[in-house]
Amino acid sequence: MIPTCKHTAELLSQSQDRSLSLPEKTRLHLHLLLCVGCRNFNRQLEFMRAALRRYRDRD
Amino acid sequence: MLAENSSSTAHPAAIERERAYLLRYARLQLRNPAQAEDAVQETLLAALEGAARFSGKSSLRTWLTGILKHKIIDHLRRAGREQPLTGIDDDRSEAEAVDALFARDCHWREFPAQWGNPDAALEDSRFWAAFELCAQRLPARTARVFMMREIMDMTTEEICKELDITATNCWVMLHRARLTLRECLELQWFGKSEK
Repeated sequence: MIPTCKHTAELLSQSQDRSLSLPEKTRLHLHLLLCVGCRNFNRQLEFMRAALRRYRDRD
Repeated sequence: MLAENSSSTAHPAAIERERAYLLRYARLQLRNPAQAEDAVQETLLAALEGAARFSGKSSLRTWLTGILKHKIIDHLRRAGREQPLTGIDDDRSEAEAVDALFARDCHWREFPAQWGNPDAALEDSRFWAAFELCAQRLPARTARVFMMREIMDMTTEEICKELDITATNCWVMLHRARLTLRECLELQWFGKSEK
């Protein structure tokens, strides 16, 4: 079953904090294949994490 | 890499040079300039007193940051005792704000936009002003959990233990923080720059 955007966003966020189970990963990838909004969100999560580190560590 | 004169104690001047970094770090987590200043001051004192314990195996910054983390946790504990950050209303309005991002069928009301080349933003000082503003706008409780995760690099387990919350609760707060930060960045920066 393909998860909704709301659930996908939760899973994407949690993937930054824990390892997802295999079924979770599968559902996530299925959704990402079909949804540009969640693909953007995924990239933005990575960007925000990198930006926060950069902000913390810059001189 | 070893310094040329590889004495393994931390030099006071070198310790002092890390002050600005430590202060930024403490401010992100504590959000209170006076408390942040105190935590850094305590860290520098502890470092100067314990300079002989610096082994040189890690960088000076890493060593100092390790001390600072403990000082920050002490401050969070003290502040938590004096003024607990629990607010049911706060929690409800945050939950509503997140729900409002999604339509009834649980799809995005408005798709997260393509941010173009966000790495270019990292070189723009105006972006960092917007970023700072957005980070400061996060609600206090949410921000504390989020910064513990992203700034202090604590695991969810460590955060749960420190704050005595469940893992689910922790994930919910982290997710809210990211959604809120994302909305703000899109509004303050990425939406604007593409117009």
